[in-house]
Amino acid sequence: MCVVACAEAFRGDGEILAAGIGGAITVLAARLARSTFEPDLITHDGVCLLTGDVPALGEAPAEVEGWLPFRDHLWLVLNGRRHVMLGASQIDRYGNSNISCIGDWERPRAQLLGVRGAPGNTKCDPTSYWIPKHSSRVFVESVDMVSGIGYDRGAHEIRVVVTDLAVLDFATPDRRMRLRSVHPGVTVDEVTGNTGFDLVVPDEVPRTRLPDAEELRIIRDILDPHGLREREVVARPSQNGEAAPETREKGART
Amino acid sequence: MKEMTIEAVIGSLDSGMTIGIGGWGSRRKPMALVRAICRSPLTDLTVISHGGADVGLLCAYGKVGRVIAPFVTLDSIPLEPHFRRARQQGTVEFTEYDEGMFMFGLYAAAYRLPFLPTRAGLGSGVMRVNPSLRTVRSPYDDGEELVAMPALIMDVALVHLNRADRRGNAQYLGPDPYFDDLFAKAAGRTYVSCERLVETADLLQEGPVQSLLISRSHVTGVVEAPGGAHFTTCEPDHGRDETFQRAYAEAAGDPGAWTEFRRRFLAGDEAAYQAAVRQWREETS
Repeated sequence: MCVVACAEAFRGDGEILAAGIGGAITVLAARLARSTFEPDLITHDGVCLLTGDVPALGEAPAEVEGWLPFRDHLWLVLNGRRHVMLGASQIDRYGNSNISCIGDWERPRAQLLGVRGAPGNTKCDPTSYWIPKHSSRVFVESVDMVSGIGYDRGAHEIRVVVTDLAVLDFATPDRRMRLRSVHPGVTVDEVTGNTGFDLVVPDEVPRTRLPDAEELRIIRDILDPHGLREREVVARPSQNGEAAPETREKGART
Repeated sequence: MKEMTIEAVIGSLDSGMTIGIGGWGSRRKPMALVRAICRSPLTDLTVISHGGADVGLLCAYGKVGRVIAPFVTLDSIPLEPHFRRARQQGTVEFTEYDEGMFMFGLYAAAYRLPFLPTRAGLGSGVMRVNPSLRTVRSPYDDGEELVAMPALIMDVALVHLNRADRRGNAQYLGPDPYFDDLFAKAAGRTYVSCERLVETADLLQEGPVQSLLISRSHVTGVVEAPGGAHFTTCEPDHGRDETFQRAYAEAAGDPGAWTEFRRRFLAGDEAAYQAAVRQWREETS
C-alpha cells in the first residue's frame, strides 16, 4: 500500500517524466501510476532510456520511446516537465531535506551522498519524498545541510511525503507539514511521536486508501513479481494481506 | 600522432593542478590514469568530478587537496568509503554544487564564459557553504535573481572512452556520453584513455557518427588501456565489476584489509593491476 500511496503522488501529472529515485518503491510507484490512472506519464529504465512499455523491476523494456542521458535529465530538471520522488536522510516542517551530510558541514559526523540534484529539483520541479522509516531522526527541527529546499526557501512544489506510517502534505496556510492520512493500523499518536517537530494534525485524519484488486494484481504479478518492494518496507498484515518479511533492509538512497 | 603511455601522461602533470575527471559515479571512469596518479609523487590536486571511485582512491592516497563535486558515490554502493573518511577526518576540502550548477560550470568553461545563470542552488545550503558564490539579476523585465555559476576551469581533463584513434578523436559506444566532451572542452589539456585504439578509417565501423564525442583539437594524448575503467562500467566493452567493487569498499572499512588491498592490486603498474585482478577473479570464481 506504500507503493499505491506513492503512486497517488503522480495523479494528474499527465505527460511528464515520473522519476523514482533510490530503490524499488518509488520506481514501482511511477510505473503503477502509469499502468493504471495516469497512462500518459513518462517513465525511465533507471539508466537513460524512456520506456515505451512499463516493464517489471529489473527487466529491460520491450519498447524504447526515448533517450535521456544525464545531461538531458539535468536539462529536464531545469525545464520542469518532471515530478521526482526523492529520498531524504532528514526533512523539516517546511520540506527542506538533506542527503548531503549529518553534523557540521565543515567536518561532518557522517558524509552522505552530497546534495546531488536536490537543490535544482526542488526549485524547478514538483517534488515528493518517500521515507521508508518514519522516525524523529529523519523528521527533524532543522536539517544539517539544506539539499532540497522547502516552502520557506522557495520550493516549486513539495507535493507529498509518504512514509511507512502516513502521508503528509503542506496544505496549510503557512505551508507547514500536515498529516494528510495515516496508514491502516497506524495511530495519529504513532506518527506524531515519531516526528521531531509539531505536525499540523487536522481534527479528522482519514485513512490512506488501500490498493484495489487490480492494483494489487499489477504490483504482484506484473511489476514486482520478486517482491523487491519488501526489502524497503515491512508490510503490515492489516494493510494488504501480504506476509511481513522478517528483516527490514535499508533501501539505497541514491 | 598522440599515442602516449600512462606514465608519460601522468609525468606531464604537476602537483597543485586542477584536474577534471570524466565519467559519472562508478561509470566509465579513467581508472588506469587515476591508479597511475596514486603511484606518482603528485599531491595537492584539485579534482573536479561527478565523483566515484576516482575521488575515493585519490583521497585514500592523499593526492587531493580539494574535491569539487555534486556527489561522490559508487552507484550500487551509495556511499564512497574513502571520500567519507576524508570528509569526516577533515583531510580534504570540499566544494559542493548542485548537479545542474555543476553542468553549467562545465558549459561556462567550455564556452569560455565567466559564469552561467541558473535557478539551481537558490535557497539551498550550497549557497551557505560556498560563500564566494554570487547571484545576478536578469537585465530584462522579469528581473529574476539567479545564481551565477562560475566556470569550472581546469588545467587537465582525464577521460576514458571505448575507442580512439592516434590523432586523438574519441568515441563512446555505451548508453550515455556523461559529460566527457564538456570536460575536454573545459580543460586546457585533455588526455584520453580508451579500451582500443583503432585506425581513423575504422571509427565509423565501431559506431555511428554521433558516437564521435571528442575531437582531436581538444586532445593532447591518447593511451590504449584495455580494462582502463575497471572496476567501473565501460559498456558495451564491460559492465561494472560489482564483486570487485564490493571487495574494494569492504577493504576500505578496515586499515589492515586496505593495506593488503593496496599491496595486492595497486603496488605495481597497470599491467600488474590487470594481472592481479585476473588472478583474483580465478580464485574467487
